[in-house]
Amino acid sequence: MTTHSLHTAAGSASRSATQTAVAAFAAILLGSFLLYGVGFAQPQQIHDAAHDARHSFAFPCH
Amino acid sequence: MDLIRRLFTAALVAGVLSGTAASVVQQATTVPLILEAEKYEVVTPPPAPAVAAPGAAAAGESHQHGPVREVGEGVPTTLDEAMQRIGLTIASNLLTGVAYALLLSAAMLLAGRPVDARRGLVWGAGGFIAVSLAPSFGLAPELPGMAGAELELRQLWWLSAAAGAGAGVAALAFARNRLVIAAAVLAAALPHLIGAPHPESAEGAVPPELAAHFVTASLGSAALFWAILGAACGWLMSGLVRETDHRPALRAQPGAR
Repeated sequence: MTTHSLHTAAGSASRSATQTAVAAFAAILLGSFLLYGVGFAQPQQIHDAAHDARHSFAFPCH
Repeated sequence: MDLIRRLFTAALVAGVLSGTAASVVQQATTVPLILEAEKYEVVTPPPAPAVAAPGAAAAGESHQHGPVREVGEGVPTTLDEAMQRIGLTIASNLLTGVAYALLLSAAMLLAGRPVDARRGLVWGAGGFIAVSLAPSFGLAPELPGMAGAELELRQLWWLSAAAGAGAGVAALAFARNRLVIAAAVLAAALPHLIGAPHPESAEGAVPPELAAHFVTASLGSAALFWAILGAACGWLMSGLVRETDHRPALRAQPGAR
């Protein structure tokens, strides 16, 4: 019974750790992508649209 | 999948809240200064391109090598132009908020420490130090028309300063190993020891008073943005982080030990 509980606990813990890692990785990936687009991407239209926000947030601009 | 959905929902809400607040504050502080600075923005004709790539004109070119602009051209003249510009700035602010909220929420999740709105404020302070305060020591917030070094160099320096400071803040908050802390502090200091890229001549077209005012306006609005972002992320992530922190769950199971 104790062994069974241990296995169950270990199983849920490792699943939880994996889920946490996957969720965090997905958030970092999308967050970095959005941040690149709004703060760093150089195509003229993106630059012009985000211009005032870039300056206000002190991203390097121009 | 449920964790991802809830994490993204929390980041979306926190990002929209902080981005909206930043938009309101910016319209009263930084944006008027940007519009004022554009009146001084004198754009010199671009140097004749050494290799004229046919077809690679306007669309792909960076701002500094773009077509010659009239002085003050960027300042909206009609109500439609003004509304469009404000709308695009708000959209960009919301995206910035969501982007930073995703990164901050992911960091909260990985740290696995209990969070709430008050602890979130401390997380927000860390974010502000990492991406606003630390890079501003080398590259002060810039107005249009100010002299600056090559854009790619400044972007690279900004990223290394922000990432280094982020690592430094995280290590000071969570690391136990002194070597790890020392390495992270070194990573935070290194971009500043190397030095940010600056132009040979610092003479820009913008009056220094305007530039100085803009630095405080930019840092002040960023501080408010990060306070709201951190508190909202902490509040919305409180349930999520507690659930995924499995150590108390292990202790809570009587048969597990």
